[in-house]
Amino acid sequence: MATASVSGSREKELWRRLGEVNDPELDEPITEMGFVEHVAVTDDGGVQVDFRLPTYWCSPTFAFLMLDGVRKALDQLSWSPAYRVKLHDHMFAEEVNRGIQAGKAFGEIFGELAGALDLAGLKETFAIKAFKRRQEAVLRGLRQHGLTDRDILAMDLPAYDVARFEPGEAAKQKPRYRAALLERFPDRQADDPVFVTWEGQGIPVGALGAHLAELRGVRVNMEFNGALCRGLKQTRYKELDVVDGELTLVDFIMNRVPARAAPTA
Amino acid sequence: MFRTPEGKDIFVVDGHTHFWDGSPENQKNIHGKQFIDCFYAYHTGLSPKEQLWEKSKFEKYSAENLYNDLFIDGPDDIAIFQTTSLSDFYKNGFGCIKRTSEIAKKYPGRFIVNGAFDPRDGEKALEYIHFMKETYDIKGVKMYTAEWNGASKGWRLNDPEAYKCFELCDKLGIRNIHVHKGPTIIPLNKDAFDVHDVDHAATDFQGLNWIVEHCGLPRLDDFCWIATQETNVYAGLAVALPFIHSRPRYFGEVIAELLFWIGPEKILFGSDYAIWTPRWLVEKLWAYQIPEDIAAERGVQLTDEIKEKILGLNAARLYDIDIEARKVEFANSPSSIAAE
Repeated sequence: MATASVSGSREKELWRRLGEVNDPELDEPITEMGFVEHVAVTDDGGVQVDFRLPTYWCSPTFAFLMLDGVRKALDQLSWSPAYRVKLHDHMFAEEVNRGIQAGKAFGEIFGELAGALDLAGLKETFAIKAFKRRQEAVLRGLRQHGLTDRDILAMDLPAYDVARFEPGEAAKQKPRYRAALLERFPDRQADDPVFVTWEGQGIPVGALGAHLAELRGVRVNMEFNGALCRGLKQTRYKELDVVDGELTLVDFIMNRVPARAAPTA
Repeated sequence: MFRTPEGKDIFVVDGHTHFWDGSPENQKNIHGKQFIDCFYAYHTGLSPKEQLWEKSKFEKYSAENLYNDLFIDGPDDIAIFQTTSLSDFYKNGFGCIKRTSEIAKKYPGRFIVNGAFDPRDGEKALEYIHFMKETYDIKGVKMYTAEWNGASKGWRLNDPEAYKCFELCDKLGIRNIHVHKGPTIIPLNKDAFDVHDVDHAATDFQGLNWIVEHCGLPRLDDFCWIATQETNVYAGLAVALPFIHSRPRYFGEVIAELLFWIGPEKILFGSDYAIWTPRWLVEKLWAYQIPEDIAAERGVQLTDEIKEKILGLNAARLYDIDIEARKVEFANSPSSIAAE
């Protein structure tokens, strides 16, 4: 019994850590996107993570960034286990798997293929997009809540923290925007306005509509990728069949791919 | 022809269709298998359940399936074939021009066959453009910048060798350049869906029309900006439109952006058949309204008049289709008879 509960709580910790890793392009947790197909914690504490992207062609750069995130998440596990991370069915699976296992950096894995890839610049681009997408969700939530633009733009962090939303996108993004804000402006004062541009400029009351329109553009792009990735991931390896008289998508390699374990609550 | 619930006939030009062979027998390697699998995932991921096809039919469908889905069961009046060679992945090509031309010949007046070339072939590409013009009298081409060619895993529209090809297209009157922005995989430092090469090419070739498929998504903002600056850049709705079923609000945001930035004259309907069939797409588009808050924020509406432009009038302008003449022609040889 004791062993079971130890491995159960370890698995819970493992899912929690993995849930902190985002798809950099979509700014959504890899666990919610369904990219983590399977995890296992063995009796001796060893960890296995099976990872699968929506297509064979998904950007190897993003695959690396996510698996690097997984690697860092696993390094933080409280019992410091040995682990194996495996990317399945990707055109660069072999290279990435070998490199991740050996703790290699991106350039070492991809060598010449990487060219002059500016990973730091890429990460900043993603940080900007995440900041804007999260901010948009919260701004729209506050507007829907009936707050005036003036009230919204005057909000400081203490006021922000007491705001409450119904379950939904705004509620989901509220703590994530807070984290992005503090990461972007570590030296900000508690009574500085919460809603500023990525550059740190205040938003004039009359300009909130235009600002929101710009943010929407950012989200529309991210959502396109997100929705496609979700759809493709859900249906990859599935074929149409008739089950009990109903058209159903059936996983045709069910016995080959590790079944996706749902995170335990 | 699409007849609206109010009884009005709408002329439909389907700007994006394929007649492909992705069957295992035609696959050259694992990439060929993964390519059609990926298409199938698009199909299953975004289609209404009752529109789903079996995998084997999806891999290779008959000319009769095609004709029926587009013109008999479907509302298309004219369909544009986009050639997609993918000769590194498929033994006889994926959707080669020879195959599509044979079908086009079988059903006169129904299809416009677009060619394809690969600028990386250099001199051969130029010869091939001449060949396609002389043999098939093409009016347009489909460019797939992510296509592999030996060691190269992608190219840009403003590469010097591409410019030589476009100069020739311009000279020969091949005016419509459909551009599919797909994920460039190697080198890894290239942005997967970057659309800025369209900007260069469209500026430098004012006489050509640049139709960017799936309206540049996921770089809609960049695309809109470019298309607003360049009068000869158009948005193809393929891939964006199926969201009208699974995520209608999201589709509203996309179409509102397009209407706001580039206006109703430059948006083209395309089913991307056989990934999706046109009937449900057209029916849903006709019934669709942009959600009020989005419409108000952007100050745009998707009126019937605009829908008619998107569904056929805009493409008819690009391809010199005389709609009234064609209506008479089709009325005199009803599609149901022509199919036999």
